[in-house]
Amino acid sequence: MREYNSLSEVQHDLQNGAITLPAIVDHYINRIKNEAHLNAFIEVFDQEARSEALKIAKKLEEGKAGRLAGMVVGLKDIICYKDHGIAVGSRILQNYKSIYSATVVERLIAEDAIIIGRTNCDEFAMGGSNENSYFGHVKNFADNSKVPGGSSGGSAVAVQAGLCLACLGTDTGGSVRQPAAFCGVVGLKPTYGRVSRHGVVAYASSFDQVGPITKSVEDAALLMEIIAGPDEYDSTASKSKVPPYFSELNNSTGKKHIAYLSETLSNGGIDAEVKSMALAAIKRLQDEGHTVEPVSFQLLDYVVPTYYIITMAEASSNLARYDGIHFGYRSKTAPTLEATYKKSRSEGFGAEVKRRIMLGTFVLSAGYYDAYYGKAQKVRRLIREKTDEILKKYDFILLPTTPTPAFGIGEKVDDPVTMYLADIFTVQASLGGFPAISLPVGNNTAGLPLGLQFIGKRFGESDLMAFSKKFMDLLEQDSVKSPAKGNIVV
Amino acid sequence: MKLDNDTITKIAHLARLDVDASEKEALLSDMNNILSFMEKLNELDTDGVEPLIYLSDEVNVFREDVVKGEITVKQALENAPSEDGKYFQVARVIEKP
Repeated sequence: MREYNSLSEVQHDLQNGAITLPAIVDHYINRIKNEAHLNAFIEVFDQEARSEALKIAKKLEEGKAGRLAGMVVGLKDIICYKDHGIAVGSRILQNYKSIYSATVVERLIAEDAIIIGRTNCDEFAMGGSNENSYFGHVKNFADNSKVPGGSSGGSAVAVQAGLCLACLGTDTGGSVRQPAAFCGVVGLKPTYGRVSRHGVVAYASSFDQVGPITKSVEDAALLMEIIAGPDEYDSTASKSKVPPYFSELNNSTGKKHIAYLSETLSNGGIDAEVKSMALAAIKRLQDEGHTVEPVSFQLLDYVVPTYYIITMAEASSNLARYDGIHFGYRSKTAPTLEATYKKSRSEGFGAEVKRRIMLGTFVLSAGYYDAYYGKAQKVRRLIREKTDEILKKYDFILLPTTPTPAFGIGEKVDDPVTMYLADIFTVQASLGGFPAISLPVGNNTAGLPLGLQFIGKRFGESDLMAFSKKFMDLLEQDSVKSPAKGNIVV
Repeated sequence: MKLDNDTITKIAHLARLDVDASEKEALLSDMNNILSFMEKLNELDTDGVEPLIYLSDEVNVFREDVVKGEITVKQALENAPSEDGKYFQVARVIEKP
């Protein structure tokens, strides 16, 4: 089977008989088996995917198939799918089975997507390297000694390695965008409230959003059009109308005003090739006639601490439900009720999750609440207001998705603060609830993918994706003209 | 702010976690590093700034309160670590007098 980069390519081949849907599903199942060492999937729903393929193939013949017919999707192990296991990368939910489906899953299935399995992730989505999963770490397909990023690491690798066409991940502080950047695929975090969180296991509820991980902007737009929109089961899901993102992809006309944050490029932690990638992108956009200007964002050094205080606080509260009583792991050696809680949680959670629960509990505790949690909420407003101010003058903000390319497995596990600082370019959009996309713009000299990020106005996904597509088309043309250079010269 | 062993013990109890002696030292040092990193926020003047709590612009999201999405007792107990077909079972809560 040829490698597909978008659903429209798949549907084209299905229509002209070049391939059949059961053959596509078989191909992916074989790929997953052959690349099992990547550890991208926790469970593969192979039999079910095969039988769905037959059903949908028949619908296609009858002309009754949904818009996602032909799309084979992986679900991050944090999104509920009725009667299927979901562990959120944790021992505490190791044997848990969903009793209902997330709204996003129902919407995928209603349009005839085939769900092929659940993908590995950091435990409770807490991590940026997929090294915190109870089911083992995931390897980057570009270089097996490197991390895939996290927390949606398995999802990004699944798309990168061609184990499925797309995945749904979740992004709290960069968990879709950062692994997308490390793996050379497209990752979108929607505006907070654009996509329902019903049936998505909570980490930090004022941040969490489901987002697509795909090979093309086109597929991201299509998936967004289907999963976004109001949901009576999630009162934070916006009632505003979902634009036809897919058909609006060609609407990006005229010259744009784009800001880049000077502090991101003068940041001491930025890798030289990441910096030259960003500068090359800026120049390429200027050559096309867009205005790309430096803007100062002096709050950059405060975004990561603000993000961690608030998310740890929210996590400590959200994860209080895992008590070993109604569901999940229960310690076998607990003689009393209190010991059941303590032992089940201590044996069930991994080290990073416990660290975050402890710190979250501390910042919310009497005497420290105002100094940490209250303070961070105020800074969160400053960050959002400053970002809004920039986006009043400019259409988008451009910045690298990550300060470095994928780092080595094991390299940062002993130093949580260094690990947290790797999120410095992704948490700004998360703190303010802005949509942001990571685009695969090329590889560094070692062959590792690099991601470029655009942040858009709240509920401005349509403009953001249309512009992203235009930019990716431009890079495609460049590489056709001069293939030796790859996409962007770094 | 520097955390000490007593604070760790107190926080662990509030979080319903057991921290055994072998883990305590590493946890204490990690938590102190992270807290001093967080204290960078004190450099910023936030006087008069309202905390940002809700990210959603939606107000008064109402719907009819109708019974739906019900599950059976069997389904509710399906994921229970211990049950008797009707109820969740837990360790003894009240001691015999």
